[in-house]
Amino acid sequence: MEKMVNLKINGISVTVPEGTTILQAARKAHIEIPTLCFLKDVSCAGSCRMCVVEATGARGLVAACVYPVAEGMEVRTNTDKCRRSRKMTLELFLSKHKKKCLSCERNHNCELQKLSLGYSVDEDRFKGEDFVLPIDLSTPYVVRDNDKCINCMRCVAACRKQHVNAIGPIGRGFNVHIGSAFDRPLSESPCVGCGQCIVACPVGALSENSTVDEVWDALGDGTKKVVFFTAPSVRATLGEAFDMPIGTNVEGKMVAAIRRLNPYAVFNMDVTADLTIMEEASELINRIKTNKPMPMFTSCCPAWIKFVEQTYPEFIPQLSTCKSPQQMFGALLKSYWCEKHGIDPKTLYVVSVIPCTAKKYECKREQMAGDVDAAITTRELARMIKTAGIKFNELPDEEFDNPFATASGAGTIFGATGGVMEAALRTAAHMLDGNFEVLDFFAVRGTQPIKEATYLVAGHTLRVAVTSGLENARTLLESIKSGAKKYDFVEIMACPGGCVNGGGQPTLSDSIRNSVELKEARAKALYTSDVHNELRRSADSPVMDVLYDEFLGFPNSHKAHEILHTSYKENKKI
Amino acid sequence: MMTNAQLDAIREKKKDLIRVRRVIKEEGEKLAAKTGYRKQVLVCGGTGCTSSHSMQVIAQLEKSLKELNLDDILVVKTGCFGLCALGPIMIVYPEGAFYAQMTPEHVKTVAEKHLVKGGEIVKELLYQGTVSEDGSIIPFAETPFYKKQMRIALRNCGVIAPEDIEEAIGAGDYQALEKVLKEMTPDDVINEMLASGLRGRGGAGFPTGRKWSFAKASPGNVKYVCCNADEGDPGAFMDRSVLEGDPHCVLEAMAIAGYAIGSNHGFIYVRAEYPVAVQRLKIAIKQAREYGLLGKNILGSGFDFDIEIRLGAGAFVCGEETALMTSIEGHRGEPRPRPPFPAVKGLFGKPTILNNVETWANVNPIIMNGAAWFSTIGTPNSSGTKVFALGGKITNVGLVEVPMGTTLREIVEEIGGGIPNGKKFKAAQTGGPSGGCIPAECIDTPIDYDSLLAIGSMMGSGGMIILDEDTCMVDISKFYLEFTADESCGKCTPCRIGTKRLLQLLTKITEGKGEPEDLVKIDELANHMKQSSLCALGQSAPNPVLSTLRYFRKEYEAHINDKICPAGVCKALFTYHIIPDKCKGCTLCARNCPVKAISGEVKKPHVIDTAKCVKCGLCIANCKFGAIERK
Amino acid sequence: MDNKSAFHGSAEQKARLTAVIEESRSTPGCLMHVLQEAQGIYGYLPIEVQTMIAEGLGISLSEVYGVATFYSQFSLKPKGKHRISVCLGTACYVKGSDKILAEVEKQLGIKCGECTEDGLFSIDSCRCVGACGLAPVMMIDEEVYGRLKPESVKEILDKYREAK
Repeated sequence: MEKMVNLKINGISVTVPEGTTILQAARKAHIEIPTLCFLKDVSCAGSCRMCVVEATGARGLVAACVYPVAEGMEVRTNTDKCRRSRKMTLELFLSKHKKKCLSCERNHNCELQKLSLGYSVDEDRFKGEDFVLPIDLSTPYVVRDNDKCINCMRCVAACRKQHVNAIGPIGRGFNVHIGSAFDRPLSESPCVGCGQCIVACPVGALSENSTVDEVWDALGDGTKKVVFFTAPSVRATLGEAFDMPIGTNVEGKMVAAIRRLNPYAVFNMDVTADLTIMEEASELINRIKTNKPMPMFTSCCPAWIKFVEQTYPEFIPQLSTCKSPQQMFGALLKSYWCEKHGIDPKTLYVVSVIPCTAKKYECKREQMAGDVDAAITTRELARMIKTAGIKFNELPDEEFDNPFATASGAGTIFGATGGVMEAALRTAAHMLDGNFEVLDFFAVRGTQPIKEATYLVAGHTLRVAVTSGLENARTLLESIKSGAKKYDFVEIMACPGGCVNGGGQPTLSDSIRNSVELKEARAKALYTSDVHNELRRSADSPVMDVLYDEFLGFPNSHKAHEILHTSYKENKKI
Repeated sequence: MMTNAQLDAIREKKKDLIRVRRVIKEEGEKLAAKTGYRKQVLVCGGTGCTSSHSMQVIAQLEKSLKELNLDDILVVKTGCFGLCALGPIMIVYPEGAFYAQMTPEHVKTVAEKHLVKGGEIVKELLYQGTVSEDGSIIPFAETPFYKKQMRIALRNCGVIAPEDIEEAIGAGDYQALEKVLKEMTPDDVINEMLASGLRGRGGAGFPTGRKWSFAKASPGNVKYVCCNADEGDPGAFMDRSVLEGDPHCVLEAMAIAGYAIGSNHGFIYVRAEYPVAVQRLKIAIKQAREYGLLGKNILGSGFDFDIEIRLGAGAFVCGEETALMTSIEGHRGEPRPRPPFPAVKGLFGKPTILNNVETWANVNPIIMNGAAWFSTIGTPNSSGTKVFALGGKITNVGLVEVPMGTTLREIVEEIGGGIPNGKKFKAAQTGGPSGGCIPAECIDTPIDYDSLLAIGSMMGSGGMIILDEDTCMVDISKFYLEFTADESCGKCTPCRIGTKRLLQLLTKITEGKGEPEDLVKIDELANHMKQSSLCALGQSAPNPVLSTLRYFRKEYEAHINDKICPAGVCKALFTYHIIPDKCKGCTLCARNCPVKAISGEVKKPHVIDTAKCVKCGLCIANCKFGAIERK
Repeated sequence: MDNKSAFHGSAEQKARLTAVIEESRSTPGCLMHVLQEAQGIYGYLPIEVQTMIAEGLGISLSEVYGVATFYSQFSLKPKGKHRISVCLGTACYVKGSDKILAEVEKQLGIKCGECTEDGLFSIDSCRCVGACGLAPVMMIDEEVYGRLKPESVKEILDKYREAK
């Protein structure tokens, strides 16, 4: 049994397990202590000193995020001393912060701004010498403006948690700044573009390399036909940008909002998720039957692909050759759909809306450049909707445009870790054994680090593993490499929890992020949608029949390979 | 493996040899006869004396002895004698003749006139403090510099050859380890340490015994014992001297602690800037392993203990215990929040104790002589002695060890020999960048942990810089802030940005741009850093500012309100002028001016062009007539 | 990096570094030690050297660089043939070591932290070499010069210039 500790916080008694921090205990007493460097599941350094409180038995002020409670302790979180200290900490932050708040994309969504207002600071009180660092625009996915950075190290912690270590603290003292080794541009670092650093950033120092302006230009260009499609998880998170509860599925409003931006069509990327499954399941069966090296790895996550190319190139031959749903969609639109509707592909401008920053890089990969013209994140879409004056919350629910409207629930759950695996299992099992009727593969769902399961289908033993977050991916790959583990099929998503927790998702305020189980809540929206979908298997989707009948022939056909598959290249980075 | 009997044999063999160096002349002479060496010549091989070329002194000495066929003289390269300003120092026993500022030429003379059979002390080459007015020789232990000292931590420094483990054993090292392993339980050891009242000599003064008992109580099979030899206070060199003079006493003490808390592994984290100390430690560890005093089954007790050296790489913050451990782990030396304290979760996540070199140096005497003896020395709350590196504007620059409670006046006026050049004592800075200034009005303050805290300074690791009337207190606090701003690790906000902003405010004042409200800002910011910084570096970084503001506020106000630097240090606040009446027109100043700002005809008063003048002060230093003034 | 400071590592240097890495890699926390040895071998720690270390120890370059830039003794730039280090410790400072540093800078026409164009000298400041009794002091390579006066600087430097 856990030992319990009794203490008082602002006079309120709470009982918490031993080892609990003051910050956690305060939440139990319904008291929030301001934080900056703390981020649940990611970072706990005790370094920003915003969460300082008074506690009996401690000298000076202590950082609530790291200070453990003790029996009989009395904590005061809101004394004059605490407030003065926090205020001065903020004034110090602001003395070394590029205060271009009006045009900052985190304006009104900035932790530093929120606290500065609350503590009525004088932002110029300690102004003085500063150093100016260049803005890093070297990658298509992340922009770093170090002059806005407050050295909370949350991005570094996120990057370390991903075991990518593309960035870290450089130098010492006042000159400490975050960057890649030798201050080289991020493009030369082993960064995979997952964007976990962006969603970890409390201020505007990190953001996606936005292509919103290009999309606006295309929308305003009469000669262009602009087509949007949205990734599965966007519907589960876009509502957050409009103050809706986490886990609200806003598919209908999302379609309605995009339609009000006046594109030529709004499509559902779940369709190409289904298509990915058709191709990937066939590829898997083919691999099993031809005794190719196993396991086969999923390939829909571009950050994961970049990670393999950079760090584990020996696994390249085992990556599924399927393009990701985004790239399949782009390729299909610019071939099949243009052909069918007599549209010149050059006039087509394809915009994907994705929960991801790495997708911005994926659509520029040399193997498939040009199929998707712009990839915008959930955040960017939300900004466009707001800029266009669309009252999102008041919109009616609308439906995607045909022929890419209908998709199976299997396509929808792509957005959560385990989703691709489950979708593939539904179809692959059915392909191998027509009588296999199981639709729910609970063992591969959830946010445990590594999920494993074994299924017996038509005489084949299918050993599968699912993981998300590159830290776990590394563990899994090492166990495969050493021979300790043997699998047939492995799903890996770079972001912890999968796309619902992607680097392009809305940045939530700390007070929310630190108190909810974000990944689970968002994933729930997708699984609920899946359960309510009449179509549970990708192969059952009528759209698949049309696509293969009219254009692709059959899964893994020559045509399918030409349009829907890709290749990879070693690119070692350290 | 060494047995207790073998250890005894070494002690017996070396006993008289070492004793000659510790006793007074007459007894020494009798003993010397027994040792087979007519005379022993000890030459300091510490960094201070080495810097003034003591190695050349030794080389010449050996050469001369050979030439003169003096094979009954033992030459011993020792650690620091303490009086670094007089280096290179050479002491001849059994007379105890204390030769200072030796050159190879001097050595030749001493060899020919003194070391030869029937030779006589060469008085004119002695440290003149040991020659009384009537020409008789005062034993150096009776000179003011040494008389008030009490050498516990430094007991073997300048007495033994640190690179010879047998000398160390002969001088008493490893006797406490032997006793502990043979006669005491781990709890006995800890109780002895607790009873002694020994407090950490690294700065914070935490009771050593308590630290050990926490670590002993922490569960776990793997625990670590660390030695903090990252002496970062600029102007302090106590730990260096101990490591250079008696490295074995540290190894022994760490092994004792290992036995007490249940650890088999020690680390010494030492500054890479101390090459001599590192070299001596390496030799000492190697020898201790060869003699079975480190390694497996020490003295047949079944207890294993070994020590690794890790070098620092130039980061003051690594003197902070958690940062030091992070650094040993191979990372950026950033401190970690406490709790968990290292005694619970320290190096590599295991229970760890960390003490600094001087603390370790006190362990052997406590075990050998007992806690009761130790606690009678010093003051009730600060038992024992403290080593100070006395520096700055003081006659006897060097290393001194005094009982706690000795007053600053005794240290400055008696041991230190007062302020040179007839200047006035202004303040003593203790604790380095983490400490504060003790002003002249507090010169009778007894030096112990609590008294220093009460007057706004701190013991620190033992740096004691004496400042005279020519020191500007705003400038000195700016100097320390420059240091801490430079050395802040950058992890926590109050220290990372606070040190920089505080430094800017001080710079502004020294540049004559200060405004009255700056003092309010300084005060608030300094207190904020003290209260809210993550580690001791940030918490103590404002101390030099706060203590100078407390005692020398008028000096700050003079800079701000009157735009005057009373000490004449802050260049922006004064100009140089020639007083025509006093100038003889000797042209010396004009010839020395690096920027040709002084002009005038020979034998006529010169003039300084203040627009050109860079205020280097060379003219004032060169003027023989006092004709140049700063105002 | 410009051509002037292009990296020229020899096969012998590489072999020595590889040996250090091999012998240290199993020791926990060996990075600092390896960096120190590498600096001893190459004189400084350019990207090529740090990359070898990162690869050899199986850690990211960013981590190696983070450590290398934290400690003041690690240098990313080549140093002069003679490394001048002026002590700015307290004991030296109160005895005017700032004036010594200024004089060295003036004599060589470079700032602290820089290297002369002919590569003969580089200047750094340090915090206490522990020779406080001789304050103010500076070190040139391993040699300590104590009780300095600004006017004695030129003569000392000339000694090294002539030896060139």
